[in-house]
Amino acid sequence: MIRLEHVTKTYPKASRPSLDDVSVSIEKGDFVFFIGPSGSGKSSIVKLMLHEIKPSKGKVFVNNKEISSLRSWKIPSFRRSIGCVFQDFRLLPNKTAYENVAFALEVIGKSKAVARRVVPEVLELVGLGGKEHRYPHELSGGEQQRVAVARAFVNRPLILLADEPTGNLDPDTSIEIMRLLDRINRTGTTVVMVTHDSNIVNQMRRRVIEIEGGRIVRDQARGVYG
Amino acid sequence: MRAKYVLAEVLVGLWRNVTMTVAMIITMIVSLSMLGASLLMYLQVNEMKGHYYEQVEVSIYLDKSITEDQRAAIKSQLDGDSKVKSVIYETQEMAYENFKNQFRDAPDLVSAIGPTELPESFRVALKDPQQFEQIRGAYADLEGVDTVVDQQKLLQKIFDILGSVQNLSLVVAGAMGIAALLLVANTIQVAAYSKRREVAVMKLVGASNWFIQAPFVLEAVFAALLGSILAWVMLVVGKVVLIDQKLAALTDLLLPVSWGNVNLMLPVLAGIGSLVAAVTGWITLRFYIRV
Repeated sequence: MIRLEHVTKTYPKASRPSLDDVSVSIEKGDFVFFIGPSGSGKSSIVKLMLHEIKPSKGKVFVNNKEISSLRSWKIPSFRRSIGCVFQDFRLLPNKTAYENVAFALEVIGKSKAVARRVVPEVLELVGLGGKEHRYPHELSGGEQQRVAVARAFVNRPLILLADEPTGNLDPDTSIEIMRLLDRINRTGTTVVMVTHDSNIVNQMRRRVIEIEGGRIVRDQARGVYG
Repeated sequence: MRAKYVLAEVLVGLWRNVTMTVAMIITMIVSLSMLGASLLMYLQVNEMKGHYYEQVEVSIYLDKSITEDQRAAIKSQLDGDSKVKSVIYETQEMAYENFKNQFRDAPDLVSAIGPTELPESFRVALKDPQQFEQIRGAYADLEGVDTVVDQQKLLQKIFDILGSVQNLSLVVAGAMGIAALLLVANTIQVAAYSKRREVAVMKLVGASNWFIQAPFVLEAVFAALLGSILAWVMLVVGKVVLIDQKLAALTDLLLPVSWGNVNLMLPVLAGIGSLVAAVTGWITLRFYIRV
């Protein structure tokens, strides 16, 4: 599903690479945590998978396609197969929960009729039934992140990337979001999550890949934060 | 549905930034109307060249003291000249009539000249208007000839003046055009900045590049179309007020500007304006919205 082959990423002006000869393979339906201290390079992995950055060396395969050499006009359609959730939610403040999710459909060319059918369904799935017409500032942090998850999932992507999705949330809310991600994973969606929340990693008992100084130091099925 | 979305975005974008939009449209109006004026002048000069060069003549003015024999000798030499297309003999009376006719708007001038003060002349049409020098060489020193004048030289002076006016308006059009381009680039940057959240989300969920960029580019194109229509209105007003009324006396000389040419400027200006705006907008976005 996702494969990194000897990937090295050196940012311009950086003295040492953020990722140093990293090889990793993630199968369809996996749930994987990337953990490590700040600056270890774990966020670069998400950016590589999204094609926000290109590897300095090595190859990145997503959905069995080599994306590091993808033409720029093909990137949009590639991104439609990936859902994304971030620490800061990235919702549009002047749109309601419903409109935020519908916007994601509208801008990739889906009709309003499709949105009317699909959006309430996915909002119900993330547990926001009845709050469709609230604006982000009228929702709690956890609810905003649910909207973001709904937006990421509404297109039924094959892969869900989550970059510190619980970073701004309290422990109880974090666990609710994790339950949601777990439920999405059970539908067959591959989930890749970057985090440094040890509590969550220890509770979930899923595959853990630890990165330190740009290298993989541990790759463990059903691992803990350690 | 998508067209409606894009159109709504365009109007909202223009309105959000209305002072910049107005500045952009005004510079476009000035630039495009200058461009239109100079294009019209170019067409006009070409038409005038065609019109006048067909009638252009070399005038061989004769001495007042010319004898019958000398006149006949010149006439027969002209008739036999292979460079000459046609010859008309203009008597003093005919010259005076033409003069009165030509300057009927300036009676002071007419009354200052008596019927015998204008010289008689041969008006010679050349097969090739460029051969003036040979004609002058052949006839200037003949007995009874006063001067040989090439009317093309007189016309050339008028065309030179028109040409420099045209160059001036092209320079103004160019300078204002650059200002308009910078304003287009700036407006689009401001628009893209004010919508950076939407753009970020659109990129994230995989909206196609044209879908992200089209509203911004269309904003510039829309402003350019509006600017070109208003610039064309300026040209129409210029023709009606300036050429057809204030300078009506000159149009005998300069030929009237035809409606056909003025109307032609609408699609030309709209095309040039929107193309330039679109290309500028697109290039700006290439730098501003990286994928």
